[in-house]
Amino acid sequence: MPIQILMPALSPTMTEGTLSKWMVKEGDEVTSGDIIAEIETDKATMELEAVDEGKVGKILVPEGTEGVAINKPIVVLLEEGEDAGDIKASNQAAPILEKLAPTVEPEKVKAAPAAQPTAAASNTVAPSSDGDRMFASPLARRIAANAGINIADVQGSGPNGRIVKADVEKAMSGGVMTSSSVNVPAMTAVSSASADVPDFGQPYTEEVNSGVRKIIARRLLEAKQNIPHFYLTIDCNIDALLSLRRQLNNLDHADYNLSVNDFVIKASAVAMRRVPMVNATWTDEAIRLYDNVDVAVAVATDGGLITPILRHADQKGLSGISNEMKELAGRARGNKLKPDEYQGGGFSISNLGMFGIKEFSAIVNPPQSAILAVGAGEQRPIVKDGVLAVGTVMTCTLSCDHRVVDGVVGAEFLAAFKPLIENPLSLLL
Amino acid sequence: MADTNFDLVVVGGGPGGYVTAIRGAQLGLKTAVVEREHLGGICLNWGCIPTKALLRTAEVYHLMQHAEDFGLTAKDVGYDVKKIVARSRKVASRLSGGVGMLMKKNKIQVFAGQGALAGKGQVKVTKDKNVVATLKAKYIVLATGARARILPGLEPDGKFIWTYREAMVPETMPKSMLVIGSGAIGIEFASFYKTLGVEVTVVEVMDRVLPVEDEEISALALKAFKKQGMNIITGATVKALNTGSSNVTATIEKDGKSERLTIDRVILAVGIVGNVEDIGLEESKVNVDKTHVVTGKYSETDEPGVYAIGDLTGPPWLAHKASHEGVICVEKIAGKNPHALDTSRIPGCTYCHPQIASVGMTEAKAKESGHKVKVGRFPFLGNGKAIALGDDQGLIKTVFDADSGELLGAHMIGAEVTELIQGYAVAMTLETTEAELMETVFPHPTLSEMMHESVLDAYDRGIHI
Repeated sequence: MPIQILMPALSPTMTEGTLSKWMVKEGDEVTSGDIIAEIETDKATMELEAVDEGKVGKILVPEGTEGVAINKPIVVLLEEGEDAGDIKASNQAAPILEKLAPTVEPEKVKAAPAAQPTAAASNTVAPSSDGDRMFASPLARRIAANAGINIADVQGSGPNGRIVKADVEKAMSGGVMTSSSVNVPAMTAVSSASADVPDFGQPYTEEVNSGVRKIIARRLLEAKQNIPHFYLTIDCNIDALLSLRRQLNNLDHADYNLSVNDFVIKASAVAMRRVPMVNATWTDEAIRLYDNVDVAVAVATDGGLITPILRHADQKGLSGISNEMKELAGRARGNKLKPDEYQGGGFSISNLGMFGIKEFSAIVNPPQSAILAVGAGEQRPIVKDGVLAVGTVMTCTLSCDHRVVDGVVGAEFLAAFKPLIENPLSLLL
Repeated sequence: MADTNFDLVVVGGGPGGYVTAIRGAQLGLKTAVVEREHLGGICLNWGCIPTKALLRTAEVYHLMQHAEDFGLTAKDVGYDVKKIVARSRKVASRLSGGVGMLMKKNKIQVFAGQGALAGKGQVKVTKDKNVVATLKAKYIVLATGARARILPGLEPDGKFIWTYREAMVPETMPKSMLVIGSGAIGIEFASFYKTLGVEVTVVEVMDRVLPVEDEEISALALKAFKKQGMNIITGATVKALNTGSSNVTATIEKDGKSERLTIDRVILAVGIVGNVEDIGLEESKVNVDKTHVVTGKYSETDEPGVYAIGDLTGPPWLAHKASHEGVICVEKIAGKNPHALDTSRIPGCTYCHPQIASVGMTEAKAKESGHKVKVGRFPFLGNGKAIALGDDQGLIKTVFDADSGELLGAHMIGAEVTELIQGYAVAMTLETTEAELMETVFPHPTLSEMMHESVLDAYDRGIHI
């Protein structure tokens, strides 16, 4: 039977979207992974990938149509051996879908949009589409059935990919799901070419890329390819910082535990205020300088990298920064950040010091124009007034987008940053 | 000169530490354990295992006293305290030796001494105040366990006022005893001494005994203990202990009224505190909250490369939690992808008479968490095997989520329930619903049939009730 592709929900808040462009025309052959359309949501333009293969039979929603409700059929794919005549039958099937749809509670439709991607999707749980046995716990099946979710659409995290209760609950709350006909695509226009990597006979296992992983990959590739990077490195003596930190952390009733990174955040924020050009975004028409000092801090999570944002970091005290950062990082690891907590920001910090990394160069995090890569504070020989001494030195490397930040501007930032780190009491001024 | 470079150093050789070390070694990590006293830790040497040996003695003694009920004659039934204790010690030392063998088999190096963090990736081993080794490790797992909590004014003296440690090796049998605290440890000692004929009083600050258990089970336990002749005072606190020449006078306060009680011995069992001292935490970023180390999902502390597991960290404070947590922690370190420990599926057992065992949420907790529940019950009175055993008092209670059929909790009191609970724990881990439990065939005649009946009862389908 012809396969109907429905308008996907590309974000948890999306209820309708604009079909901005068809990338295929009627009669085209498509295979799984082909980009078939661009869809514009309230937030971004995204690509729609085909999962099934077939021939484009009929485009139901013309290019440029606005306000297309999610789950409305937008195109019909013909499977092998079918022709346009079959579409009629399929169209007759469509009203059945519409009749079925309201039986699912509206809030659940919103929460789990990929759950009813095709007219054929049913709530029966037994085999997966390729006929293999689905491994899912009885409880997971029961909860999925109660919620009207097709268990085949849920990604399992249990032993050998078994689907457990937590997976269904995650799917219900809009987490990562695979779907049977529409893949939620990534943000940018870089196409993927996963299929043709030769394996040279080496044994391997494959970990399927999550949506987050794909977004990270595409954004970083885009950043490194499109942004003219240059790098500036500076050494900072942090003996005074460490001693101040110890002193502050040992105060009675300290309701914080300051880390070196908290000082780096604070010093960066103050330096951004002094050299505002690093707190900016390149556009073709203008350089956009941000009024607020919002610092994004890279946090590694099981699912990949995320950068929660400390807003107005220049106006916050060290303890405020420290406690907020702990709270954000904790929720980041629990995958519980809201989009407005990790989107935006004018500058990033990435710290690998805890792993003993001496120095490294980070990739600028667009649309920002600079990122500070912080290495480990370690004891090194330093020359002071012509005499060799031992000092704790931390190497920091600023990566800049040269379209916005000239060499001198980047150097000015580091020249502002270094004394704040080396003499942290000046952060009080 | 011993090799001092390791991938993994585990500080503490208890059930958390030694299991972590073995799993680490299995995963190819070069592993060492630092232990200050004896392998197997408190659990094996001064806790779970030796007390089970004592309670077995009590159980056999109890049966011998009731020999007539079984058509047997047993005259002059008595006991020798020294031999009871000697058996318990022998059981412990046999197992401790076994752990040593396991360390050898897995090529895990054991360092005797107190281990402490000493700067990034280093553990210092101290013995008799001398540093005997400094170990380098990519990963450090702290598993130093816990000890009895001491309340101010109620300090143990090792002679008349005991902690679990002295209670386990009595030289003579006291005539009377006060047990402060009715958690698992307090109740097990109360049960042991009561069965051997000691006049036992238990004081509990909460309004019921075994306060973590389901209220219904708690009430049945209270009834059983009272029937055995235990004096149980709930909602009361011990304000003072005054030691005389051969006994102790306790001041017990309940409902604003004070009462004095003179007893031969006192056992303190008012909880535990983590062993967070002398392990180098002060110089690290490791956070400690109320004597326990704060850890993340996979036992990581705030100090990179340093992990903490078991009683040193948050509840539940049980040996099997420590072991399991250690395995997950080291699998994560080795790059595996384990699920974090789900503490709602950890069974708990108390080996008093009658035994008590539970897993998951109590009925009250389930309702409080917003579940609509279905509750099933089956009494031992209706079970053939229980009657044949001559042990027909008890209950198996199950709590299900009414919508999903998820088994939220199971609570048991009665003969051998500590061996039964695992059936429900497996069911919960596999996420079975009531349907699979109903479909499962339970062998007849066994106590386990009651587990089946309890599930059936939750859905009004009980057969033998």
